[in-house]
Amino acid sequence: MNDHMLSVQNLEVTFVSGLDQVHAVRGVSFDVKPGESYGIVGESGSGKSTVLRAICGLAPTSGGTLRLNGAGIASPRRPEFYRQVQMVFQDPYASLHPRHTIDSVLSEPLAIQGFDRRDERIAQALEDVGLGVGFRFRYPHQLSGGQRQRVAVARALILEPQVILLDEPTSALDASIQAEVLNLLERLRAERGLTYVMVSHDLAVISHMCERLLVMEHGLAVEELTREDLRARRSKTDYTAKLLRASAGYTKEDIPA
Amino acid sequence: MSLLDVQNLRVTFPTRNGPVDVVRGVSFNLGRERLGIVGESGSGKSQTGRAILGLTPPPGSARADRLSFDGTDLRPLTPKQWRKLRGKRMSMVMQDPKFSLNPVMAVGKQLMEVLRTHGAGRAAAKQAALEMLEAVQIRDPERVFRAYPHELSGGMGQRVMIAMMLVSEPDLLIADEPTSALDVTIQIEVLRILDRLVSERGMGLIFISHDLRLVSSFCDRVLVMYAGRVVEELKASELDQAKHPYTQGLINCLPAIDEDRHPLPVLDRDGAWAE
Repeated sequence: MNDHMLSVQNLEVTFVSGLDQVHAVRGVSFDVKPGESYGIVGESGSGKSTVLRAICGLAPTSGGTLRLNGAGIASPRRPEFYRQVQMVFQDPYASLHPRHTIDSVLSEPLAIQGFDRRDERIAQALEDVGLGVGFRFRYPHQLSGGQRQRVAVARALILEPQVILLDEPTSALDASIQAEVLNLLERLRAERGLTYVMVSHDLAVISHMCERLLVMEHGLAVEELTREDLRARRSKTDYTAKLLRASAGYTKEDIPA
Repeated sequence: MSLLDVQNLRVTFPTRNGPVDVVRGVSFNLGRERLGIVGESGSGKSQTGRAILGLTPPPGSARADRLSFDGTDLRPLTPKQWRKLRGKRMSMVMQDPKFSLNPVMAVGKQLMEVLRTHGAGRAAAKQAALEMLEAVQIRDPERVFRAYPHELSGGMGQRVMIAMMLVSEPDLLIADEPTSALDVTIQIEVLRILDRLVSERGMGLIFISHDLRLVSSFCDRVLVMYAGRVVEELKASELDQAKHPYTQGLINCLPAIDEDRHPLPVLDRDGAWAE
């Protein structure tokens, strides 16, 4: 049992508003090994981000079990959970408080979790993501998009978690900045043996970053592939084949499947 | 004669530290073809598109040595003359349908407004609007005609936007990231619609995007912009022979499904590129 860092079984998420029910995630299961990088791809509305949000307790789960290191995850999440699992969000313009300095963004999790040597840790975290201490007392509006996303990564890393959930970490960034952030994420994983669960709509980014991936559509897991399957175009379902074709760029007419 | 002739276009915005040129001497000719303008955020690609339509937001201002559309000099036009031209002969599709459609007006009414403004009768306008919705592959045009923007998905909304811009059959369409907010599979469908309109109606299209791979697979010709300048002009099919280090860097830093390059090459920005 303990050979999985994170195990998700038959996860269901239902959003209720009045009489309306939206079944956003409908029975998704996957396991992530320690040190692995696991991708989830799908189009908007497929429930891929909701899966991540459900893991870290930001979306209401209506069924299924979540296990971290073999142990069940308590709901609501305890502080210890967030020492092990942290998340990086899609839009660095929305995920950093505009009136908090980088210093207060980074010291808040340390204060909540009762960490010592806060000064050192903040300096180290900024150094680790390639920003340096010169950025410590700046505000988010004084940073570019790529620098903000580095701050978001630093905030996730500062508690020394084992698992990082990455929700489209580069889709709001320019191509050249995307390359820098992806390289940073890869380097940190290699240095610290981190486990990633990464959500993206971009198959190329997932293929670059992840060893295995799950394709989702309308809240359902369509299929699980390895990176090698993806490269060899060994998809078992039409939907994955369609995604692969679409990500190759524009073609005059749809090639009949 | 070319459809659009732009020579030495400059767009300037005043700031606390003096005027800043965001577009610095852009020149190009457009025939009845698909021209791509590619660049990263802040490269001036969107401001170039807006300046051509006289839509530079104040307090910014645009100047050019020559800016002519189908033989008409655009520079001395009054707002009234602009209004006659915009929407009818040249139009623009914006990035996000959520912010570009009027939320309190049914889609059909918005579509008809374009035609009514340019002098069409009520029945004719409705007819044309419905036909246009059909032309952009909307399956149930009657329903969409009556729907409000919030009742449509992103892909549908973007098709409505395209329908609205094309209902007056313009000669020039400027599409500013028309598919960036859409999923890949829908993106391809929207591009197919644009492609058909270019080839069937002989429209000129300027396609502004940050996505080099998409542009090169869709357009005939590509301008690469950096810091307000065109650094390279290429045939889209010859993108892999790009000479400018910025273009090469942009191509190289994209991850690809079939490649294993760890770490990815990053762009070393050279101060000289912006000169």
